[in-house]
Amino acid sequence: MKNENRKSNKTKLINNLYKSLYRIRTIEEKIALIYPTDQIKSPVHLSIGQEAVTVGACAALLEADVVFGTYRGHSLYLAKGGDLNGMMAELYGKSTGVAGGKGGSMHLVDTNRGIMGMSAVVATTIPQAAGYAYAFKVRKQNNIVVSFFGDGATEEGVFHETLNFAALKKLPMIFVCENNQYAVLSHQSERQSNTNIAERASVYGMHSEKIDQNDPYTIYEKVNWARNQIIEKGRGPFFFECMTERYREHVGPSERDDVKTLSAEIVDPLQQLSKLVSSDFKQDVFKEVDLELKQAINFAEKSAFPANDSLYKDVYA
Amino acid sequence: MPKSNISTRSISYAEAINEATRQLMSQDESVFVLGIGVDDPRGIYGTTSNLSSEFGQDRVVNMPLAEDAITGIASGSSMAGMRPIMVHERMDFMLLAMNQLINVAAKSHYMYGGAIKIPMVIRSIIGRSWGQGAQHSQALHSFFMHVPGLKVIAPTTPYDAKGALVSSVKDNNPVIFVEHRMLHNYKGQVPKDMYSVPFGKARILRAGHDITIVGISHAMVECIRAAKSLATSSISAEVIDPISLSPLDVQTICESVEKTGNLLIVDNGWTTCGASAEIMSLVIENVQGQDKVNMKRMGFEFVTSPTTKILEDLYYPDSRRIAKAAYDLLMGKETDWEPDVQESPEIDEFKGPF
Repeated sequence: MKNENRKSNKTKLINNLYKSLYRIRTIEEKIALIYPTDQIKSPVHLSIGQEAVTVGACAALLEADVVFGTYRGHSLYLAKGGDLNGMMAELYGKSTGVAGGKGGSMHLVDTNRGIMGMSAVVATTIPQAAGYAYAFKVRKQNNIVVSFFGDGATEEGVFHETLNFAALKKLPMIFVCENNQYAVLSHQSERQSNTNIAERASVYGMHSEKIDQNDPYTIYEKVNWARNQIIEKGRGPFFFECMTERYREHVGPSERDDVKTLSAEIVDPLQQLSKLVSSDFKQDVFKEVDLELKQAINFAEKSAFPANDSLYKDVYA
Repeated sequence: MPKSNISTRSISYAEAINEATRQLMSQDESVFVLGIGVDDPRGIYGTTSNLSSEFGQDRVVNMPLAEDAITGIASGSSMAGMRPIMVHERMDFMLLAMNQLINVAAKSHYMYGGAIKIPMVIRSIIGRSWGQGAQHSQALHSFFMHVPGLKVIAPTTPYDAKGALVSSVKDNNPVIFVEHRMLHNYKGQVPKDMYSVPFGKARILRAGHDITIVGISHAMVECIRAAKSLATSSISAEVIDPISLSPLDVQTICESVEKTGNLLIVDNGWTTCGASAEIMSLVIENVQGQDKVNMKRMGFEFVTSPTTKILEDLYYPDSRRIAKAAYDLLMGKETDWEPDVQESPEIDEFKGPF
């Protein structure tokens, strides 16, 4: 009986991971199709190919747990429960967007879901995540913060400054590096003397692991374990370097020039999960996501642009 | 009106900051202090002394030498509802934190459509004298005045230091709180109770009718001395302390200028693209087309701050040169008038090392 329960829980989890990943992939592929129509007049950085990291990690978090992300943030925003209508309207620059059209694709936010923001300047949300975790710690609140960033961010000074502080103060937080190996077009090997980021993080005195499988279930299990260690044993921080792949260009909707070679070499997480999910479940997911996406695009298209006087709104709190 | 204890006594500028911090921390658990050396025995010139023993090291957090991360940690904690007071022993070190300050903290409220608030205070101390030199004496307040989303306040009296720190901590925006090392030992009457000195309100420290002198930060002290010298030649100077640089109370300055017809702005900083340039531009925009107004700016000489005293004395505008500039502005020409010599004890007696 116990084993069956466990099995059924795992099935539910796999189903949820599949749904979350399928949903994000479908939404972003649609954004790529809309992009040439010029209705989204700002840069978009798509997560297509690397959704497994945020999908897996966020599956282990509670709503009151907090995440900080990067300009490549659609996947994190959606995986953590951010509202799709608000995101699409934000991309369209409409007043109903999550930031009233003032943030765009790179600055998604939803404080009610613990999504505390995304920055266009590499590595800048890493210390903020630590500051938030410091507040959790002094208030003895049973929640954690997860800081998401790319491999490029680990070259910035503030990354190292923050790891030192987080380890010194034993903060309730998890660092998750989405390592897609590229900063725009520069490979990691051109930029880092030691490309083992997890090893570099470990010297600050924290548990650090490299996760090679671009698989949401593996990432979920690791993050879930770390979260329990923090909440139950007061351990922290933790560091996970998650190896992943970005199929599109750094910015914009185009596929990478080497996408054919790439797809021959790698295992796509969505295809893998798809094998583990029943076709009935998939049919339901297809319908649900299709409807949700149509409604969100309609919402974004029909929403009004911000009024002129909102230019001066929210300069100061 | 509620009864309040308005009893005042004479305390120093540094003591006023310490007292404001203690009262703010007692009143609100979310207020905490962080920075390099904030809980060391010297306690940032006494401004943070004894706070650690009273409130604990979780609320008086000695930080690693990581200015950019500290700023991000402070802003991240403020997003969680904390009210951090961050301290830089010298303003020069703020240059290491410009990314977190300008790209992140200043922009968050606007860029996230009002969803995020960053109530944080950054105390920063301008150094001077005893050879502080190139990298320990910069006055960068005008950098921060340039950026929407930040507030900048530079109190010069102990009374305003306490009240302005209270306003800054209670404000929901990132605030740059500008101190000057030569002001820390200044004494003045300060109420025991907590009170606020508002943003966007200048203070007329000395009333007059012949010339308006605006002095920023420590330059204010020299302007008061200059006004005394001018008085010996029957010139009545009105001395205005803007206190709040962003937002700026240009109205009080313009009203004075309309009365005196003469304006001298003395900044504790470089004049090029500086606070004095901004104030003068705003005054011109407001009073142009009315009576003729004579105007002049003074500030640091446009060189890097030299260490040796003989050159350092030339670098800063002193009360003698301020008085002479005011006199000549009024006369409309260079004169051979020589003001009384006014002592600057805070500079002459300062023996460092910091």
